[in-house]
Amino acid sequence: MLEFINFYLIPGVVLGSIYALGAIGVSLIFGILRFAHFAHGDMMTLGAYVALPLVVGLGFTVYAALPVAMAGVVLMAILIDRLFYKPLRDRPTIVVLVASFGVALMLRAVIQFAWGPHSHVYEKGFRKPIVFDGLRIAERHIWIVLLSIALVVALHLFLTRTKTGKAMRALSDDPDLARITGINTERIVAWTWVLGGCLAGAAGVFLGMDTQITTLIGWNMLLPVFAAAILGGIGKPYGAIAGGLVIGIAEELSAYPWIGTTPLLDPTYKSAVAFAIMVAMLLWRPSGLFKGRVY
Amino acid sequence: MTAALLQATGVYGGYGGADILDGVDLAVNEDEIVVIIGPNGAGKSTAMKAVFGLVQIRDGTVRWDGKDITNLSPDRVARLGLAYVPQERNVFPNLTVHENLEMGAYIRDDDISAQLARVYEVFPPLRGKRRQAAGLLSGGQRQMVAMGRAMMLDPRLLLLDEPTAGLAPAFVDQIFERIVEINRAGIAILMVEQNARHALELADRGYVLVNGQNSFTDTGPNLLANREVAEAFLGG
Repeated sequence: MLEFINFYLIPGVVLGSIYALGAIGVSLIFGILRFAHFAHGDMMTLGAYVALPLVVGLGFTVYAALPVAMAGVVLMAILIDRLFYKPLRDRPTIVVLVASFGVALMLRAVIQFAWGPHSHVYEKGFRKPIVFDGLRIAERHIWIVLLSIALVVALHLFLTRTKTGKAMRALSDDPDLARITGINTERIVAWTWVLGGCLAGAAGVFLGMDTQITTLIGWNMLLPVFAAAILGGIGKPYGAIAGGLVIGIAEELSAYPWIGTTPLLDPTYKSAVAFAIMVAMLLWRPSGLFKGRVY
Repeated sequence: MTAALLQATGVYGGYGGADILDGVDLAVNEDEIVVIIGPNGAGKSTAMKAVFGLVQIRDGTVRWDGKDITNLSPDRVARLGLAYVPQERNVFPNLTVHENLEMGAYIRDDDISAQLARVYEVFPPLRGKRRQAAGLLSGGQRQMVAMGRAMMLDPRLLLLDEPTAGLAPAFVDQIFERIVEINRAGIAILMVEQNARHALELADRGYVLVNGQNSFTDTGPNLLANREVAEAFLGG
């Protein structure tokens, strides 16, 4: 039982939290801009790499580097929107989707050019996990989950308590009515990138804390993040949180030796779990668990 | 006589293809209730949308308070004191009733609490539902939210597109009563209505549009008494 919690459930919750942060951004961007943002994974990668020189070079703790990484991704997201997505605003959304695919490749190339192709880590060596009565939790895992919760609470307060947050939900609900109401779409779009960029940057740093940092870490997240967004109902940020946790936990639990002594599913097939859940959802309930949009 | 609050003259336009409006004239004076009736496809809703900048006007002018507002964008028109309530999709379904009203005042930066209180006074049923998602309300209550949202800017003219379409008869009367009350508070009303007889009974003036052109224009009572209008548009 303890082994199950320590090696499967806790890593599942940690991974799920990271997926959730990415999926909320994908869901928000879809709700406002109506396209699947394929560069979201590489924005996460950027977050992990922005923190890298601060932690390795300047000796910042990874937690002090986190806000800088988030701000860096936000700036890049707004710049990318102005340069590549804004000129395509009135075109069919499939055009913007393809553009975001191009942006993903560009971002990855720029990161590889600037930081090189090798893998990096924030911290060398091994830290002993905290042990409570047989329960072993790495300190960084506690922080990843707590900070993810804090970000989600902050997002919730923004969406429900501020005028801009409410206008963002209104625009996602009905763009025509929002226009009649006088809501400035471009301002809301900019805020969408602020939120999506913050969450993607944080997700990237958290991912870097948990594994090696390579130029592909974000790209590899794209499938589970989209699966989480679809599971939660696309355009529904709260659904994306649940979707992220479900996908993360399901991926980790799939490797548990449920029958006999060998893993039920070889861990190298983990990402197939997210894919299977996504396909099942699209067949069985394309609007997601929380009745999002269907396109 | 002073100039009309809203004056549309010889308006031609549509949605990009052939013109739907074929030289429409419309006027609304301060404090008036004006009703547009006519058969389906006559361009009633289109005329109203043209005033609000939602339909491209190819020729003709729309003047508001003497100033030319032809083809001004909807968000700029909203800032001038006109508010528009579409027939369908006129509330934000996932926002609460209260949030819908707050969004109505989005372009205001001042304190809106007095205006909120006024809207709840005009639509008492909304008070108990303020924290409910607007999408879960009945059709009549949704219409109240939509009208309340439009009133949040304290407009001088309210444009209503078929406010009673698809409502249960009990709600139809309620909505008409509310419209009269809003008008008594000094807000002019321009509405398109299928419920033509009922609407003309409340109206100061009415327009009958046919094929994108003015067919009859008169006071509400005169249109009701006009045999030709009655036979063609009021069901005899």
